[in-house]
Amino acid sequence: MSATQTPVQAFHRRVHDAIHDARIRANFRSAMDGLMSKRRTAFADWDLERLRELGAAIRQRALTRLPDLLEELERNCQANGIRVHWAETDEEACHIILDICRAHDARQVIKGKSMVSEEMELNHFLQQHGIQALESDLGEYIVQLAGETPSHIIMPAIHKNTGEISELMHEKTGTEPSRDVDYLTAAARSQLRERFMQADVGISGVNFAVAETGTLCLVENEGNGRLTTTVPPVHIAVTGIEKVVERLEDVAPLLSLLTRSATGQHITTYFNMISGPRRDGELDGPQEVHLVLVDSGRSGIYQDDELLETLRCIRCGACMNHCPVYTRVGGHAYGTTYPGPIGKILMPHLLGLEATSELPSASTLCGACGDVCPVKIPIPRLLVRLRREAVEGDGQHPGMVAGHGVKRRRWEVAIWRLWSWLHARPGLYRAGIAAATRFRWLQPRRLGAWTRYRTAPRLAPRSLHALMKARASGGNPR
Amino acid sequence: MSGSRERILARLRGRRTPPPPPPASDMRPFAAHEWTQEERVERFRSAIESVHGEVHRVAHDGWITCLLERLQARGITNLLAPADTALGRELRHAWPADGPELLRYDRPIEDWKPELFHQVQAGLTAARGGIAETGSLILWPGPGEPRLASLVPPVHIAVLDADQLHTTLLEAMRAQHWARGMPTNALLISGPSKTADIEQTLAYGVHGPRELIVLVRE
Ligand code: SF4
Repeated sequence: MSATQTPVQAFHRRVHDAIHDARIRANFRSAMDGLMSKRRTAFADWDLERLRELGAAIRQRALTRLPDLLEELERNCQANGIRVHWAETDEEACHIILDICRAHDARQVIKGKSMVSEEMELNHFLQQHGIQALESDLGEYIVQLAGETPSHIIMPAIHKNTGEISELMHEKTGTEPSRDVDYLTAAARSQLRERFMQADVGISGVNFAVAETGTLCLVENEGNGRLTTTVPPVHIAVTGIEKVVERLEDVAPLLSLLTRSATGQHITTYFNMISGPRRDGELDGPQEVHLVLVDSGRSGIYQDDELLETLRCIRCGACMNHCPVYTRVGGHAYGTTYPGPIGKILMPHLLGLEATSELPSASTLCGACGDVCPVKIPIPRLLVRLRREAVEGDGQHPGMVAGHGVKRRRWEVAIWRLWSWLHARPGLYRAGIAAATRFRWLQPRRLGAWTRYRTAPRLAPRSLHALMKARASGGNPR
Repeated sequence: MSGSRERILARLRGRRTPPPPPPASDMRPFAAHEWTQEERVERFRSAIESVHGEVHRVAHDGWITCLLERLQARGITNLLAPADTALGRELRHAWPADGPELLRYDRPIEDWKPELFHQVQAGLTAARGGIAETGSLILWPGPGEPRLASLVPPVHIAVLDADQLHTTLLEAMRAQHWARGMPTNALLISGPSKTADIEQTLAYGVHGPRELIVLVRE
């Protein structure tokens, strides 16, 4: 990607490359097909609509009381011995974590999966300050070995097939080239075990933070999350401020919706609930637990009733699994931390519309994402809202998102003004239509991006009005 | 730090009106099922087996024999087991002299990390309860049963009393009054460690135990 490209050009370049990469398309196609059918099976015996309504209600209830719940969470965490930090920006969150690491002379950090830390580009930041951060989730480990970023929020290495992973591990870690997944997994296990033992600090994300009890919940299958939060002497959990839920009971339905929507599992292997560091008499667990609450744009989304629904997200990834666009271009084409439908409605808030103006448009608005979302986020409606924001909204809906109006074009505005002016003047309108149909052969054959993959629509010789009129007066409609 | 806290909270509270309230949460679908104990045990068993775990239904006085058989079948020569819990005492009392060596988790992890990671072949823990619907064990590690005993050894064996099997997570939380006070670490364990990160192919024992064996006492 050359440095002179605008974000828009770079986006189109990535999409073009991805669509023409048969390997990427095949890898995503087969993975997404599998995930869709597993999800269907997992909900087969349930009244899914009712569950989704419950999921949405629980998350919305938490958001309704967000500031109070954050304070309650902080109070209860502190009472449990967890130290709570607040960060307005990614940068601030990185510095908080760096300071904790430095206070412990940490050289090596082991990480469980955390999308917020991806958002913060934490690994890169720590590296620059002389601290090695190693990913321990197998998918993240592979992606880190490759020097890439995750292409899916649940399955970070889904864009690679076994052969590619084998080659990568062979090259970077000296394993034998092999298509035996058990062998590759065992090799990664033994490489990472040593690192778990040596790590000075463990960093994880959080799936749900329970205000009522001051509990941090982590959902995982591998056990790396448990190791990360148990073996090193210090555990730092980092999360967006929206992840708080009110009561411990709220976690039961959300957990079920999350795992079934994500991978079609009734539950994951581990559900890890952390409510404090090692207490007197306990023989393991970290001596210190820190919670870093990251805002980074979220309190901005919070101001608007419609946009706020974005914050209900529980990061299950179902919207990407079911997205016809994501399935074809894969996660990297989006160029953002969160790809797919959730990325399209979240990233404009986190980065501003200047950098993400194409995202809300890169959708067919087919509605699949909204239909599967376990917390009923109306993604298609939010996409339309963001499209409007990108061209500045109107009197009723002034732009709210940073960078609103970035796609506004003078000539486009002028054309639409002319259009509405014409429509308010019947005589002129009729004359205009008559002229347009008569001179329709003058119509351009190419209409920018529209005709890149489609033929241009042709104006009919007679307008609908004219046809209906002719019909009403009993004449031949032709 | 405090500046950020105040600014974030002020922004959240700065909304003109509070966000629209949701309808009441109808938790009924998750509350509980009317399953007999037999149904619970069988559902639990089939859920665990569907994720590559093993379940053995044993009599209260038969679990140690069953445990010994499972260990011998695998050629396991040592077992990390609790010492000062009811389960640990019962086990140690009845353990045959020629059985696998019983290890104790009696030092802080810092003092024996390499040994725990490299030498222990299996870990035994009690379960505080179970969840039939999802095939989950409830563990509350503590001084007698540290967190890593169920995670680091390649085989994890858990002992569960059948009358502690709840139908759903929500029912278990309510019956055991979790919200009144959570331990430093509470766990649901629903199978051996696994991953599908390499091309959606399942592989077991990626970071945690490769095998999970549950002895259900009834
Ligand atoms: S938007 Fe909905 S479907 Fe997409 S990741 Fe979030 S919760 Fe899942």
